[in-house]
Amino acid sequence: MALPTERPIPQAPPDGAAATADTKPRKRGRTVPPPTERIPVLRWARENLASSYFNAFVTAVCLVALYYIVPAFVEWGLIDAVFTADSHEDCRAASGACWAVIEEKHRPMFFGVYPYEEHWRLVLAVMIYIGAVGMTMIRRFWSYRILVPLWLFTLTSTLTLLWGGVLGLSAVDTTQWGGLPLTMVLFSGTIVVGFPLAIVLALGRRSHMPTVKAVSVIFIESLRGVPLITILFVAVNVFPLFLPQGLEFDKMLRVMVGMAVFFACYEAEVIRGGLQAISRGQYEAAEALGLGYWHTMTRIILPQALRICLPGIVNHVIAAFKNTSFVLIIGLFDMLTATTSVLQDPVWRRFTVEAYLCVGFVYFMFCFALSKYSHRVERWLSEDKRF
Amino acid sequence: MRKILKLSFLPVLASAVIAFQPATSAHAEDGPTVKKVKERGQVLCGVHQGRYGFAIADSKGKWKGLDVDYCKAVAAAVLGDASKVKYLPMGSVQRFPALQSGEIDMLSRTTTVTLTRDSALGLNFGPPTFYTGTGFMVRKSIGATKVDDLKGAAVCVFPGSTTEKNIAALFASKGMDYKPVVIESSKQLVGAYMSGRCDVLSMDQAGLPGHKQFDAKNPDEHEILPGVFSKEPLGIGVRAGDDQWFDIIKWVTHVTFNAEEWGVTQANVDKMKAESKDINVQRLLGVKGDLGKKLGLSNDWAYNVIKQVGNYGEIYDRNWGPPLNLARGVNKLWTEGGLMYGFPMK
Repeated sequence: MALPTERPIPQAPPDGAAATADTKPRKRGRTVPPPTERIPVLRWARENLASSYFNAFVTAVCLVALYYIVPAFVEWGLIDAVFTADSHEDCRAASGACWAVIEEKHRPMFFGVYPYEEHWRLVLAVMIYIGAVGMTMIRRFWSYRILVPLWLFTLTSTLTLLWGGVLGLSAVDTTQWGGLPLTMVLFSGTIVVGFPLAIVLALGRRSHMPTVKAVSVIFIESLRGVPLITILFVAVNVFPLFLPQGLEFDKMLRVMVGMAVFFACYEAEVIRGGLQAISRGQYEAAEALGLGYWHTMTRIILPQALRICLPGIVNHVIAAFKNTSFVLIIGLFDMLTATTSVLQDPVWRRFTVEAYLCVGFVYFMFCFALSKYSHRVERWLSEDKRF
Repeated sequence: MRKILKLSFLPVLASAVIAFQPATSAHAEDGPTVKKVKERGQVLCGVHQGRYGFAIADSKGKWKGLDVDYCKAVAAAVLGDASKVKYLPMGSVQRFPALQSGEIDMLSRTTTVTLTRDSALGLNFGPPTFYTGTGFMVRKSIGATKVDDLKGAAVCVFPGSTTEKNIAALFASKGMDYKPVVIESSKQLVGAYMSGRCDVLSMDQAGLPGHKQFDAKNPDEHEILPGVFSKEPLGIGVRAGDDQWFDIIKWVTHVTFNAEEWGVTQANVDKMKAESKDINVQRLLGVKGDLGKKLGLSNDWAYNVIKQVGNYGEIYDRNWGPPLNLARGVNKLWTEGGLMYGFPMK
């Protein structure tokens, strides 16, 4: 930001000095603002793009790069692109992008192998879900009286829509769930199971009870040291071998628990970082007030600790969203896997880039929204320390 | 923040709701697979996650492919309804544990039958439903018309695959040197060949025509060399120890071969059943004899397979016909010089 004092102060021009009238020389010539400062755009450019030689150099490099990339991209993605095509031949003839591939394949990309005739159920479920998330994000609705019924309704309605088997809806097995709804179910499941578990693990690790502490440490360290893909493989293929005959858990549920546990281990360490940042005085003050362990934790320590480590928490939440695509190894068709799979079609596989760009954009929208929202929560929390 | 904490208990509720989902398969009592399949009313079939011609979700998300059609054929034979299949897409690592653990009843997923898989993995394999092997595609400009011309060529190949070993053995046996260009992903492998990083693209020959036709800028610049340079008989795998189920898989496959040989098609099967005087066809379609009963199935098991899925030729054309038009080659019937040989059904 330019300091206001640096602005040229209009003054009455002395006699015969009209040209330099408004830049009255100061003690040092250096401080005289250059003439560009009079034009707002140029001033902005100087301050933000070329405030030093190095920055000017970086700006120049970026401009050159943009000069080469942007027109080429616009030409490929817009001007020469094919947006609708009767067949793949139209796309092959064009030199630009083939967005028609998305029109052709959007159903399996976004809904996987869910029965085609029932896709409306998925659309409805996603809309209800996004609506509920949107409402939950608004601070005004943060009360039990609104959120509990809202989420009871959302969960029953979306899961009923997905599973079917009641109200005249045909039953759809979880192995047929796919695409965006599957990504959302896995993500929500991971967070809602994983987050409370993370808090428990973080508290457990700092517990004075040796058993609780040992269990937490072993749990966190052993699972954190294993790649997610291994956990999923064990959950899907190895776990059933230990179960008694006849007892069987749904594959998707197993996967979700695997993801949630993995997420919890990482998140627990983030939360532990926050817990460690709380000064001893807070604990002692709580004790002096006669609060028990749970009251101390839920009313005094955790609210502060979670506030401190919110950026770290959100970091892992976003990672968890993208981790949902690991289900490819166990044959569930999330958005990314479904796209990869349907684009094995030889007729359309030349245009995978376009399809991946589309999926990438959807991922970006979700992650960007999450990150923006977390910034806003951080701001609320810093405005309202009491909260 | 207190509210956030309170909210974090909603999840518990969510997981509880999810946990209430009814178990998808029936009680796994000791006993033959058929019993489980009939109780469940579904065949659990392991398929590829996405390989054109074998198993791929089409633009409506429906499974299609040769392997998929064999899942349907088994469902038609056992349950009388080809649609009663649950497809479980499998990675190549995961497919055998899935079969061993009982997660799937049959593995119809581009699986090469080998001695080790048959014995050490505790599996059994039905008759191959598709024969393939390593093939080569070259740019016409390098002037090669057969494999012996490929001396010193740069060959694009998947790492660690049987193809890689086959090529090494092949070139060594001919005393020729070559330059392997090893690339992991199939898309990049094909891209490397198309951009000229290597002279030869080597992969499963069933895939080559598709790459020539749809990935090359100008298909006429490329040529697929004659010959197949490894043995990859692809068959349906089942767990060892259930002879009845193994027999069903085996004979459903033979039904498709024999039906083609005897001219029974999806379109004429009803007419054949009513009118055919051929004792083979009569036995096949359950007009005479009790072949189905011997397998523990209804007597119209083969009729259902042909009516709902078709004979081998129909299955092949459906999946390898347009737009790919892959020549049948060794996958022709034995009567036409191929390897598809239906065993006597009597």
